[in-house]
Amino acid sequence: MDSVYLDHVAGTPPRPEVVEAMLPFLRERFANAQSLHSGGQEALQAVEEARERVAGLIGASAEEVFFTASGSEANNLALKGMALAGRARGKRIVLSAIEHLSVLNAAKSLENLGFETALVPVDGLGRVDPADVRKALTKETVLVSVQTANSEVGTLEPVAEIARISRESGVPFHTDAVAAAGNIPVDVHALGADALSLAADQFYGPKGAAALFLRKGTRVVPLIDGGVQEGGRRAGTENVPAIVGMGRAAEIAAAEMTKRIATETSLRDRLIGGLLERVDHSALTGDPSNRLPHHASFCIEFIEGEAMLLHLDMRGVAASSGSACTSKSLKVSHVLLAMGVDHALAQGSLVFSLLETTSAADIDRVLEVFPPIVEKLRRMSPLYTKFLEEKTP
Amino acid sequence: MIYSENVMDHFQNPRNVGVLKDADGIGHVGNPVCGDMMTFYVKVAGDRLADVKFQTFGCGAAIAVSSMVSEMAIGKTLDEAMKITNSLVAAELGGLPKNKLHCSNLGADALHAAIANYREKQAGTAAAGGAKKVPEGEAEKCACPYCDGPIIEEGAREICRKCDIEFVECPSCGDLNKKGMETCVHCGEALEK
Repeated sequence: MDSVYLDHVAGTPPRPEVVEAMLPFLRERFANAQSLHSGGQEALQAVEEARERVAGLIGASAEEVFFTASGSEANNLALKGMALAGRARGKRIVLSAIEHLSVLNAAKSLENLGFETALVPVDGLGRVDPADVRKALTKETVLVSVQTANSEVGTLEPVAEIARISRESGVPFHTDAVAAAGNIPVDVHALGADALSLAADQFYGPKGAAALFLRKGTRVVPLIDGGVQEGGRRAGTENVPAIVGMGRAAEIAAAEMTKRIATETSLRDRLIGGLLERVDHSALTGDPSNRLPHHASFCIEFIEGEAMLLHLDMRGVAASSGSACTSKSLKVSHVLLAMGVDHALAQGSLVFSLLETTSAADIDRVLEVFPPIVEKLRRMSPLYTKFLEEKTP
Repeated sequence: MIYSENVMDHFQNPRNVGVLKDADGIGHVGNPVCGDMMTFYVKVAGDRLADVKFQTFGCGAAIAVSSMVSEMAIGKTLDEAMKITNSLVAAELGGLPKNKLHCSNLGADALHAAIANYREKQAGTAAAGGAKKVPEGEAEKCACPYCDGPIIEEGAREICRKCDIEFVECPSCGDLNKKGMETCVHCGEALEK
């Protein structure tokens, strides 16, 4: 039996066209894109074509796109690079409490350099209130960063409005769009973002290719010094195969997005409705309507996420969780805690994220195998026993 | 797979799951902040453990450890069972990933707490409903987020000796933060200085 992969947020399978486009650059077209010989110039041309395609996906111009090796690197370049570039004006940065760790921990590093971080809270659905961002802004603020969509709970943030507020105060605005770009329409001009991160492995491109959009005139201090690759913003020999793959994936994503969204939304709603109906004491996490089309996230009461994932995996279903036990640091998801979910419930976090190839049969299989797993784990849960005792004294 | 075959066997087919309605001793350990909670029930005949049952809220390692501890304990004398250590349990399971070793501490602790509860009952000193594990000066809490080592309680302070870090609990979400931070890294709530 084929396995059902519902872990889009951890990475998507590269499209066959993407792999085909990459292969020549792993073989005969291996040359360094900075070399003057014709092999090098061919590679450079391929990189620049990819840059055009990635720019096209987000409504940017090619010279505003800078390739990096991961979404985390793009976020680090934005946070550290933009904060350091603005340090003469002030040392305060404003973030939401549910940013990806590559944003939150980059901010922690900046704190060691004397920067101060203000974390804007979110509501129970994981939504940032733009008014809270406005309140957090001071004259010393040099950067605002709020994600476009959250990868753990699927919630879409009001980034266009937050960008407008930042702009009115003259503060550069960055958005981590890694979970969103290539999956939903993301247009840097409609958003009004000064910087935006995206990663190829979230839209059927390869790992090792990501990018930071920097609006013309947005200043960053580079993190990697060396040659003048990427306009001097990011030194290092270009990962030509991965960049070419990202370009092809961006082109396909732009062309097929409307169709993908329609399919995924209907299957996502089938999964959400079916699971909540079949499993009592379960709840959807994140915004029920304003969410990523491929994202269905839950908290299942009385049981723990890793145990659910192991059982699902044995039945051929790949998913993810924000429970403490599934993280190497043994920390429960900061996203769920910031949303006010208590520790015990957050331990029961479960995320199914769909692919463009997910079928109705796949969803039905999850709905068939999952309820008995919950039952088995609840039978051995002291929390469930306690709940039953309190219900029927 | 992150776990050994033996761990996966005990995880999939845990032995001795359940509640002993007429238990002679009950022990609870863990809390949802650390991620795992275990309840052990023991039935004593003479000075031996005639039956052991458990319930566990937690990850694969926590469930496998509970199962293994119950299997190792049944039939042992109380003194022998008190000598079951976390490293013996981990060894019987064919090893555990480093960041899951604290789960094996919990398993042995929960069994020992149930035996202690039985002994207190015999002596007439037990509280109703089973014993919580008594902190012993250096009770292990969650692992240090920086080095995975134990977090030690010293009076009201919570510290990691190895990293020389003192932690404060966030008043809002309960998560541990480095002392001196202004806001909680997890929920953004302001921390007391």
